[in-house]
This record gives sequence, C-alpha cells and structure tokens, in this order.
Amino acid sequence: MAVAGDKDLDVPRAELVPAPRAAAPSRRARPRLRRRTELVVLLAPALALFVGFVLLPIVLAAWDGMHKWTGFGSLGPFAGLYNYRLVLSDPVFRESFVHNVIIVIASIVIQLPLGLGMALLLNRRIRGRAFLRTLAFAPFVLPYATTAVMWLLLLQPGGFLDQVMKAAGLGGLIQLWLANLHLVLYTMIVVLTWQFFGFAMILMLAGLQGIPAELREAAALDGASGWQATWRITLPLLGPTIRIWLFLSVVGSLQVFDQVWIMTGGGPANASSTMVTYLVQHGFQSYEFGYGSAVAVIIFLICFIFALLYQRFVLRRDTRGALTRAVG
Amino acid sequence: MRSLRKPAVVAVAATAALALAACGSSGGGSTNSATGKVTLTWWTNATAGQLKTVWQQAATAFHATHPNVTIQVEPLQNEAFTTKVPPALASSNPPDIYQQWGGGQEATQIPSGKVADLSKLSSGWIAEVGSAAQAWQVNGKQYGVPYDLHTVGFWYRKDLFARAGITTPPATLAQLMTDDTKLKAAHIVPIAVGSKDKWPDAFWWEYFALRECPTATLKAAMKGVNLSASCFVQAGKQLTAFMATKPFQPGFLGTPSQVGAGSSAGMVANGKAAMELQGDWDPGVMAPLTSDKNLNSELGWFPFPAIAGGAGSPTTTLGGGDGFSCTTPAAEPACAQFLQYIDSTPVQKKVVAANVGLPANPAAAPALSLPALKQVLTYNHAAPYVQTYFDIAFPTSVGQALDAAIATYFAGQGTPQSIITTVSQAKNQ
Repeated sequence: MAVAGDKDLDVPRAELVPAPRAAAPSRRARPRLRRRTELVVLLAPALALFVGFVLLPIVLAAWDGMHKWTGFGSLGPFAGLYNYRLVLSDPVFRESFVHNVIIVIASIVIQLPLGLGMALLLNRRIRGRAFLRTLAFAPFVLPYATTAVMWLLLLQPGGFLDQVMKAAGLGGLIQLWLANLHLVLYTMIVVLTWQFFGFAMILMLAGLQGIPAELREAAALDGASGWQATWRITLPLLGPTIRIWLFLSVVGSLQVFDQVWIMTGGGPANASSTMVTYLVQHGFQSYEFGYGSAVAVIIFLICFIFALLYQRFVLRRDTRGALTRAVG
Repeated sequence: MRSLRKPAVVAVAATAALALAACGSSGGGSTNSATGKVTLTWWTNATAGQLKTVWQQAATAFHATHPNVTIQVEPLQNEAFTTKVPPALASSNPPDIYQQWGGGQEATQIPSGKVADLSKLSSGWIAEVGSAAQAWQVNGKQYGVPYDLHTVGFWYRKDLFARAGITTPPATLAQLMTDDTKLKAAHIVPIAVGSKDKWPDAFWWEYFALRECPTATLKAAMKGVNLSASCFVQAGKQLTAFMATKPFQPGFLGTPSQVGAGSSAGMVANGKAAMELQGDWDPGVMAPLTSDKNLNSELGWFPFPAIAGGAGSPTTTLGGGDGFSCTTPAAEPACAQFLQYIDSTPVQKKVVAANVGLPANPAAAPALSLPALKQVLTYNHAAPYVQTYFDIAFPTSVGQALDAAIATYFAGQGTPQSIITTVSQAKNQ
C-alpha cells in the first residue's frame, strides 16, 4: 500500500485491463433502455413509499399549518404564515426549545464520556464482561413508557428514592424531584441518561470491535503506554462511530417525548416541556390542528437543518474515506 | 438519544403524527350486509373498577337481546381521549361509540361530519333523561347522550377530620382555612390536589369564580367566551390568598389526580390526606386504589363553601356529566338503541351502584348506595344553577388554554390577571 508501489504497478495495471467489449453502436441503445427500465422498476416502489409517506405528509403538514383548522371537517380559513409566526413568538415554545437544547448538551456532555468509558472498560477481557454489558444495555431495551412509569414510582414524594436517601442519612437532600420547577428538567435528564447511555456504549463497543488489535500491539511494541495507545490510536479510529452517535443523539434529544409526557406532561408550569410535548398539547389536546401542524413543521425544519449541516461539515469526512487515509 | 433515526424518519415522526395518526388500529364498525350483523366498537373511559364490569355486562346483555349487534368494549385512559378522538374522527374508521362530555368540546367535533345526529332516533326516550340532556345538544340537535351527571365538591375522610377535632364540615372559606390549620396541627395533609392533570386545578379556580360572580355574569361569560368581568380577577385574588396558607400536599404540582396510590384520589383513599375537591365519581376512582375496606363509610361530602362578600350564589354548583356519541359510519339505529339501553333504569341502577356518578335517568336515583352520593344528588337538584366545567363549556382550544393557564398559576408562575388574558388570547387566535 506504500505510495512507491503505485509507480511500479503503473505498467502492469494497464496490461491487466481487459479489452473493451466489441459492441456495435446500433445495439447500444438496447442495454441503455433496459437499464432505465430496470431503474424504474426497482426504484419505483421505494420512491412511491418515500413520496407518499415522507414527502407528501411534510408538504401536507406545511399546508395545514397555513390554516386555522380545528382538525374536524374541511380546512379552515387560509392564514398564510400566521400560525408559524405565532409559534415562534410564543414564549412557551421558545422555552420548550431551550429545554431541548439543554437536553442535547447534557446528553453529549454526560452520555458520551459515560458510554465511551464503559465501552473501553467492557472491551477488555474482564470477569463478567457479558453480564455487565447486558446490564448497561438493558435500560435502552425497555419500552420508554415502562421506563417512565418505573421512574415515576421511584421518584414519588416519600417513594423509593426518598426512602433510600433517608436510610443513608441523606434525608436533608430530598427534593420534590418532579414538582420542583427548577429541578424537574434535570430529573428528566437523569432518566434520559439512564435509558440511553447504554445505546452510546453498545455503539462504541461495535466501533471498537472494528479496530484491529494489531494497531495497539504495534503501538505497544513502539513503547506507547496504554493511555497513549487509547488517546492516539483507539479514539481517533473511533471517530466515525462517535460522530454517528452524536448525530443520532442530537436528533433524538430534539424529539424527546415519551418519558417527559408520562412523567410530568411537560409540567409543572411548562418547566419540563419539550417541543414535542408542546406539539401534542397545542395540536391534539387543544384541537388546533393547523397550529399543531405549524409546530410540527418547525420541529422538522430544526432537525432537518441540523442534519444537513452535520452531514455537510462533520460526516463528510467519514464518507470521503478520511479513515483509510489516516490509517494508510 | 432516542434510537436510530435518520432524517427521513424524522420527517415522518414530525408529520405523521398529524397526517397518519388517523390510521389508528382500532375503531370502525363493520356491517355485513348479507347477514345484517353489526359489530360496534365502543371507546369508554372505564379502565378499572366496577364501571368496567358494568359496561361489559351491558354489551353482553344487549347482544343477547339483539343477536345481530355485537359490541366490542375498548377501555381507554381518561386522559387519552383528548388526543385519540380528533384523529379518529378525521379517519374513515372512527370508533362507533365514544365517550362524550358535551358542551363546547362536542361542538368543536361536529364539523368532522362524523358525529351522528341522534335527534330523531332518540326523540322517543330522551325526555326520560330530563333537562340534563341539553348539555349534549349543539344548535338544538342531540349529538350525544349522557349516562351520568356530575357535581364537584369536597370528598373528605371523617376519621381524619375527627382526629383533628373537626366536628362539622366547613360552610365558609374562613372555616375551611381554620380546619386546614387544625389538620396540619394534627400532622395531616389537609387537601390533596392532582395538579399534574391541570383540570383539578381548574376546579379550584372555577369554584372561586362561581362564588364571586353572579349567575348572569357566568352565563354571559360562557356565551361570549369572555372572562373580562372583574369578578373573575377577584376570584383569582381570593384563590391566591387561600393558596398562601399552603393547604395542599407537598409536591402537589407533580401529583396525578387518579392514577396510582400516590395520586390525589389515592392519598385520600389511603388516609394520607384529609380531603380533595373532586367530582362525585371520586369514590369509584378511590376504591381500586386502596385496600381499605371501610373507605365508603369513612368518606363524607360537603359542597364548596361560601365566600364572604362574594357576589355569586353560595349554592351554585360546578358539574357536567359523562355521555356517549355515535359516529356516522356506525349503524346508527343500533347505536342509538344501545345508548337508550344504557339509559334504561336497570342499567342506570348498575351504573349508580358502581359509584361513578349520579344517574342521568332520575328513576335510578334510589339505587345510590353511598349516603354521601344521595347528599350530592339532593344538593345538585337544589342548585339554582349548574355551571358546566369551563374547559368543557368553552371551545376546546380556549378550554385547554384556560386549564394550562390555571395550572401555570398554581405553579406560582402566573397572576389572577394572566388567566383572563390567556383566555382572550386563545379566543382570538
């Protein structure tokens, strides 16, 4: 794979190229037609599904968002961008957006080191490795609703957590975990971290499996310490995995709903509301489907713009083959 | 944080909720034209307790007398109706019979074209239900039929009142505040409230409004969807003063009203709080939340106390009722017959025995088992005016905004004026 080899190969490579097939110009039209037909036949079902279930709903939602519509009967009067302006100027929606951003930051700052650390630890040959892996991953497999109900019971005033804290002599630190306006969002972040750090871990573990052991061995032979090998070899090679996890994590954090909805309903006083709980409250519960559609479209745009920018500026390196070049 | 999602899926997630949720899994009656057999799906909010059994029995019994009609009961959590009904009514496959609370909420649903007009089909028997059925009319047409009626008041535990040295339930707000102090002195939480659900907060604010505002003002406010009369702000100020005495359980902002032993109903049922302001359905909600066999004998009821200086009548009550609507794709005659059957005296007696409410059909009143419920019924009959819960009486978007504003106010983030402002904003949006 050395650069010098390329020159040596130059001549033989040319000889190795098979002679082009002799194809009469008049017959070339047929395979092209056939290829096009194949394309249409193979792509059409997927394309139809994509248009029908992805593009069309987005367009329809954007259109619905331009109407004052209760969700019953035909679309109400056309209102242009009125709903969109109203959403963006609503302090509750802005507050919900800020909550989502806090959740995004918290998930990166907490889950990434936690997931990565656990993955590095559980990638080693230690006793009970399989058991520990399962244990750490188990919360992610639980249905979100189950997680929410379970934590709801644990966090009740005078509930399990409070009892444990009391028994441990920490009674003075007991808080109203779900009723304190200043605390409830962070309580939710703990629950979300508990549920999702296993996902970060399993992804990092998979990434670690893909890094050849020889590289670390070679580094060790060259006198690198374990820490140096991790920092200079393992982590850079884990880059693509980390970047993908980051993407999934951010998009997921922007859409958090289930746990929050069940545990707090976005309350008290919107202290734990997220963009999607706002959507459900203002779209479904208030029978304002025009307004709700506008909220949905805005959430979509936020996620979509993030996704595009992330693909363009962060993930591009991975798709370009940055990895192989770095290794080579 | 959430599982694997690509941008395309994000799009679906964001929009499908609105565009595709209509394809719900359940609902939709099917008629086999060859045999004339009909299956009706029935969404009820009775997920536990005796009422669930009563409805199942009613469905079975109706099938026995109408072999061509099969009724499939599908219980849903009470809170799920607000989110499930709109997409269901927008779909071509709505449930045939569903929970209906009447008022402005019902009126909001009519433009869907899916709610069946039962005026003709019910004309022969709706009179038995009495004037209560009017709350399920929109523009004079009967779109729903009630099966029970409700009155909001205080449910309290006699044993805890006795322990605190309270001999008679409070008749004025001042007495209620004195009793709160006595209960606290006896280390008992005076009042439980399920603020997580928002509407229990609204009961409080609305009752203060009922005591502060004359009946004519209330009627005008409901008709014009307008709370600008000064008595509504006054009500909020009175409530602020009351809440400053900290009458509720610690952490009430996170407490649900009906789910689990930690809910406000569960707290009263298990003797963790002395009382709560709730509908007459409360004994039925409490029963499955406790193992206390003596619950029914320990429970007492008293109406919302009078407020000194308030311009409202001290006997005006806050209430509403539960009912059902049929949807148009349903085999309407069969559905109407079933609703008639539910309002017949034998079924009404069973409904009443389940402690879920006061009978829609007055003929079943003698079946009320709890003495406290007989007291509620008497009080309700004597009331000069029964005000429907504001969130049901108002158009849904305004009602929901009002509940949210009151809940925010309960969390200390609003003012008496902000509640009124929210309503006028929601109305004009």
